[in-house]
Amino acid sequence: MARVVVLGGGVSGHTAATFLQDWIGSNHEVVVVTPNSKWNWIPSNIWVGVGQMTKEDVTFDLAPVYEKVGIIYHQAKALGIHPEGDKKSDKPYVVVESTKEGSVGETENIEYDYLINATGPKLNFGATPGLGEGTNLGEHTVSVCTADHAEHASHELHKMIEAMKAGERKKFLIGTGHGMCTCQGAAFEYIFNIEHELRKAGVRDMADMKWISNESFLGDFGVGGLHMKSMGFAVSSKIFAESLFTERNVDWIIGAHVNKVESGKAHYELLDGTKGEEEFDFSMLIPPFAGVGLKAIAKDGKDITDTLFAPNGFLKVDANYGAGAYENWKASDWPSTYQNPTYSNIFACGIAFAPPHPISKPMKSPAGTPIGPTPPRTGMPSGIMGKTVAHSITDLITKGADAPLHKASMAEMGAACVASAGKGLFNGTAAAMTIYPVVPDFEKYPGTGRDTDYTFGEIGLAGHWIKHILHHLFMHKAQLRMGWTLIPE
Amino acid sequence: MAEKVHGKHHEENIKAYGNNFTTMTPGPFAKWMRTCVIYQAIRFVAINIKMLVVVGKSH
Ligand SMILES: Cc1cc2nc3c(=O)[nH]c(=O)nc-3n(C[C@H](O)[C@H](O)[C@H](O)COP(=O)(O)OP(=O)(O)OC[C@H]3O[C@@H](n4cnc5c(N)ncnc54)[C@H](O)[C@@H]3O)c2cc1C
Repeated sequence: MARVVVLGGGVSGHTAATFLQDWIGSNHEVVVVTPNSKWNWIPSNIWVGVGQMTKEDVTFDLAPVYEKVGIIYHQAKALGIHPEGDKKSDKPYVVVESTKEGSVGETENIEYDYLINATGPKLNFGATPGLGEGTNLGEHTVSVCTADHAEHASHELHKMIEAMKAGERKKFLIGTGHGMCTCQGAAFEYIFNIEHELRKAGVRDMADMKWISNESFLGDFGVGGLHMKSMGFAVSSKIFAESLFTERNVDWIIGAHVNKVESGKAHYELLDGTKGEEEFDFSMLIPPFAGVGLKAIAKDGKDITDTLFAPNGFLKVDANYGAGAYENWKASDWPSTYQNPTYSNIFACGIAFAPPHPISKPMKSPAGTPIGPTPPRTGMPSGIMGKTVAHSITDLITKGADAPLHKASMAEMGAACVASAGKGLFNGTAAAMTIYPVVPDFEKYPGTGRDTDYTFGEIGLAGHWIKHILHHLFMHKAQLRMGWTLIPE
Repeated sequence: MAEKVHGKHHEENIKAYGNNFTTMTPGPFAKWMRTCVIYQAIRFVAINIKMLVVVGKSH
């Protein structure tokens, strides 16, 4: 009997664990180690952040779901990996620390035959002075990265709305809180959902709204932008994004590294070297992401974290980490099996794998500050990676160690994204987009890097309906309700 | 400002030689189509088909 341990029960890890249990669970053991007792459909947090959904709408308890299908669940966070075992035994194991009420802080070793690291991002608020301490959000801004953060954001937003109703003008600043952030899409959704709510509340004319981000052009989204077919043209996402910002009267600052946040003020440096500050009454700035800081220890007790992990804390996989300058980047640099090159029984999926390099062209200010989006790994690719890794491990266990691994490179897969611009059954809108492939392949698709037959986008009510239906579909799927395996990632 | 939200108000958001001077803005018809239920029901079907094709190509 083999044991597969999955670290992280988020979008990617939960997908991997549930498919593994479905495919091999009756004969083998699937163990999930994750610190939260609840699963969160993160894309709907933006609706919690404007008070259109509750925390309960976007979360559910993991324990009964895992119990139902026989997955062994540890409410704990992984601290370190011992891929060679230790002096007493060759059996690899992970050290985990309980986060469960009643046993908080107790540590335990869990042996594994195969390990999946799907620990997602560390929300690195501490990287920007004033944005927060370590992984904790500070007092000057709000966040929608977790359901709890989003609930707090909604509370603060409604205080603003009340003040505007009483005649006070308010400034909103939404975007990225550091030069090396990803996840611009979430901030984009949040700013337009706020704008929509302000209009509904009749106070839009009392609000000055501004976007601040590390993208070198509006609509970059960390994927170097995309060209979409529209009216017979291949149109850059820059045009569409600028158009929407103009229509909704939202101003923007781009190419910005936010380097300090104070009460009511954000300081920034721009790609052209300009330094500035922006005042706000309400601000949501996405923190930069890093790996969660797992350690790796060799059999002799030596720290081999550098062997297993990239400097940013993400786990090394079958990517080309030596590509160098932008000019040398190739689609084939991107990993496809997500297997660690040193330890073949370790895989990483979702945000936890170390990308070979960004997707957007990296840029620096004259002072040498890197300002540019790091690569996003959104829900659909994260789910597909999780399922692919589960497939490979299933084959390795059932067909033998020589079984070929399954592949899912972000340079060969597409993604469907629906970015909400306001919630409402008849007045909501969302930008529905597909992008193929996620990582541009300029050799295969010269010019835009993507197949414009499969890369498209449009904004409208239909997109909102899709986003709403996806919320229910993915909550249904994650709870392993009837037909869950039929719902694609 | 509340008085201005008629007719060409989206064009009025453009600031001469500002950030948004070089972009396009939708007119009233394009805006109306975005929430026109019949048109959007058709787009709903079309977008779903397009997305399923991309999802199919990615698995
Ligand atoms: C506000 C917001 C909106 C978004 N909207 C969209 C959207 O509309 N569409 C889209 O496609 N994507 C969206 N995304 C991105 C999407 O949420 C991510 O792509 C996806 O969650 C990544 O999956 P993951 O499994 O890698 O990470 P996560 O889903 O974050 O899961 C990581 C898991 O690991 C756990 N963990 C952390 N540390 C440890 C540890 N030490 N040991 C064990 N477990 C650990 C965490 O608690 C968590 O459960 C959004 C993200 C945000 C923040």
